[in-house]
This record gives sequence, C-alpha cells and structure tokens, in this order.
Amino acid sequence: MSHPLRALLVLVLALAGCSDPGPDWHGKDIRNLMPDLAFTLTDARGQSVTADQTAGKIRLLYFGYTSCPDVCPTTLADLRQAVRALPETTRDDIVTLFVSVDPERDSPERLASYVRFFGDNVIGMTGSLTELRDLTRRYRTTFGYDEPDEHGNYDVSHSSAVYVFDRSGEARLLLRPNSMPPGQIRDDLEQLAREQPPS
Amino acid sequence: MIDLDFLAPYDVSPVTLMAFALTLLGYGYALPRLSPDERPGRLRVFTFVIGVMLCYVVMQTRFDYYAQYMFFIHRGQHLILHHIGPFLIALSNPLPILRFWHARVSPAGRRWLRPFAVAYRIVQHPVVAPVLFVGLIYFWLWPPVHFDAMLSRQLYWTMNWSMLIDGLLFWWLMFDPRSPATTAALGHGKRILILAVVAIPQMILGASIVFSRGMVYDVYEVCGRAWPMAPETDQLLGGLLTWIPPAMMSILGILLLLRRAMHADEQPAIRSAIAEGNTP
Repeated sequence: MSHPLRALLVLVLALAGCSDPGPDWHGKDIRNLMPDLAFTLTDARGQSVTADQTAGKIRLLYFGYTSCPDVCPTTLADLRQAVRALPETTRDDIVTLFVSVDPERDSPERLASYVRFFGDNVIGMTGSLTELRDLTRRYRTTFGYDEPDEHGNYDVSHSSAVYVFDRSGEARLLLRPNSMPPGQIRDDLEQLAREQPPS
Repeated sequence: MIDLDFLAPYDVSPVTLMAFALTLLGYGYALPRLSPDERPGRLRVFTFVIGVMLCYVVMQTRFDYYAQYMFFIHRGQHLILHHIGPFLIALSNPLPILRFWHARVSPAGRRWLRPFAVAYRIVQHPVVAPVLFVGLIYFWLWPPVHFDAMLSRQLYWTMNWSMLIDGLLFWWLMFDPRSPATTAALGHGKRILILAVVAIPQMILGASIVFSRGMVYDVYEVCGRAWPMAPETDQLLGGLLTWIPPAMMSILGILLLLRRAMHADEQPAIRSAIAEGNTP
C-alpha cells in the first residue's frame, strides 16, 4: 500500500458512486485503478523496446501468443478494424502493443511475420519469463501453459482484455473485444484521441 | 517435499510483512515476561500462532497469486482472513499480551490512542459490529466493486486488510473472555444471537452465487485464470465457500459460547449449593 490515502480516496469515491462524472465509455474506465504504462521488452527485431519509444501515442496493450487458435487473431483483427474506421489523421496516433507470453515458441522472426498481418501500427514484443511475469503482475493479469500434446503443441491461458493507455501513458480503459463490437472500440479510441490532441 | 518457491510472496507488501513480524515479536517478547498465572499455556500459544500464520500464508505466499486469479481461492482467502484466522486468534485469548503492552504505553501515547478507543467502542457496538461484518462481505462482493478491487493493487490490499481487521474485531467481540456478569463485555445471549443473525445473510449471498446462471464475477475471465477451469465451476465453488463454511463457523462459535454460558450458569449453582450445606 504505497499510497494508503489515495486508496482511501478511491474507496470513498467508489462508495459514493460518483467516480468522475466525465465522459461515458463503452469500455471500462480504469483511470486511477492501474499504474502507468512501463515495460522493457524485446521487439520483433530482437532489440530492446520501452514504453517511452511510443510516448505521445495512444497505446493498446494486449497479451497473447502467435499459436493462439482463435482469441488472439480475432482480437487483433477487431482492433485493426476499429482503428481503420477512425479518421485518417487519428489512425497513426494509435499503436497496438502485442506482448507474446510464449517466448519459448515466439521468436522475433515469428512475431514479426505475425504482427505484420494485422497492420503497420502493431508492435510485436516478448521477453524473458521474469520480465513477462513482472509486466503481467503490474497489470494484474496472468498467463499459464497447458501440458503439451504429442506434437509439442500446448495452449496458453492469458488475459482476454486490451489495456488502453493515453498519450501520457496513463491507464485509461479496459476493452473486452470478445463482448464489444469494433464500432464501440472505435468510438472509445476516437473520444480518447479527441480528449488529448497530439502535441 | 515442500516447494520453497511457494513460500515467496507473489506481491510483496512491506506493510503486511512488518505487521505480521511485529505481531509475532510482540507476542514472543511479552510471553516469558508475564506472571505465570496469566501466561497463556501451550495450547493457547499454538492456537494464536496458527491463526496468525494462516493469515500470513494467504497474504504473502503463492496462495495470494492463486487468490488473485481464481474466484474460489479468493473466497478461501477471505474465509481465512475474515473467519478462521481471527477466530483462532480471538479464541487463544491474547488479552494478557495486550495488557502487557498497554501498561508500557506512555501517558502521551495513551492520549494519542484515545480516538482509537472511541472508534473501537463504536465499531464494537452490538448492532454496528454484525452490520459491519456482513456489510463488508457484501460490499467487496458487489460486482462493480469486486471488479475494481481485483484490478487495482491498492484496492486489493485495502480489501484484504479490511477483512482481516474486521474479522479480528468481530471474533474478539464474540470470544472476549471477560465475564459479562462482572465487566462491560457483551452478554453470552447477545453474542449467540449475533452469530446466528450474521449466518443468514452470508448463506443467502453464498446460495445466490451458487445458483446464479450467468457469470457474476467476470473479472477472472478478463484477467486470465491461474489454470484453465470452467468459469461456472470456479463460481460454483466460490459460492459454496461463501455459503457453507461461514455458516459452520457461526455454529461452532455458538457451541463454544453455549459451553461457556453453561459453565457460567453452574458456578453460582455450585456456590449456593455449598452455602446450603449440600454437596453437588
């Protein structure tokens, strides 16, 4: 409890049911619930990548793995569709950060070819298990591996949510693409982009 | 073999580590310095330590990881923090230890503690205490609040600590060893009534989770489960843990209090029998 007072304030606001009468979102407002965007991982060129490199853009953080049979491709496709529906000027302000939680199988090359399929503004990244555990703990999610079958294939459990960070890196929204049409994602992203014009 | 990794905290909380260390050190320091007639026996010391360690394990080991990503383990965590741990701690009667430390507080320190004493009397009121006890369970299980609490680290720790502190207050009110006949402690009848009353809303809440058709607590879907388990099974088990063990704790508490009340009833009877010259 690093900021007990802040926690108390959040609690009181939650109790009063008046936590910021600001704009309505289709996604879940996670302002003040989650920490700012911060990570140090390895990108699809095998180079170190940090959150600062995409500062000034709206970032969509999503955990998955490239062998994912349905959830990950669907989610990434939905995000692509939502971003494509935005005005052209806003489109480049949005970056999708795809974090593979399966570094064993997801080599940089594999990640590169996978994310290319979902558009230009998708950055594939992964890291060591320790780095990934630290990052997932920071955003209060987890991942786990199933037993491999006879071909060595295995399922990976991971978060189904997309974490949205604004241009300054503050956590803003939790999107759940499997229960949210791309149109609603688009609306939320547009509202967020309008709120803070690019500097 | 014990997996040592299991004992490492998932999310290190310095405040929590410090609180548990101070509690055990404070107990261990006072124990040999008490006069032999008020020093707790081995069984009481054991009960106290088990109660404290249970709460520690669910807060600062890998158990906490599973509690964050499985609803039913989260319910098990609260069962220990709000019921079993404080139940054992209160039953072990740490009053002599508290008196030992209270005697060492300076007058200035006592003035500083006075607001806490006032707050203590308010929350231990026989109507406020059960409302708070059940109200906290309902509050943290209210779906929007539960969702936020599982997303925010600060709210998560606030939730767990509020459950532990309220559990300690409540079970201490129930098991306060001071005689209601000679002190201001709550009468046995009222304690039994409170235990019966708090069981009912807990059973209703647990049963409503068990029998709900949709997913009430979907945050575990969003954040990923610790291992693949059908969401319905997770919710069902969590509902059962909210429903049955807390009701059993109430019954166990009632039985212990009935036993105590019977002893208290017999004593004057024995005394009067002796006074009349009959051997009981």
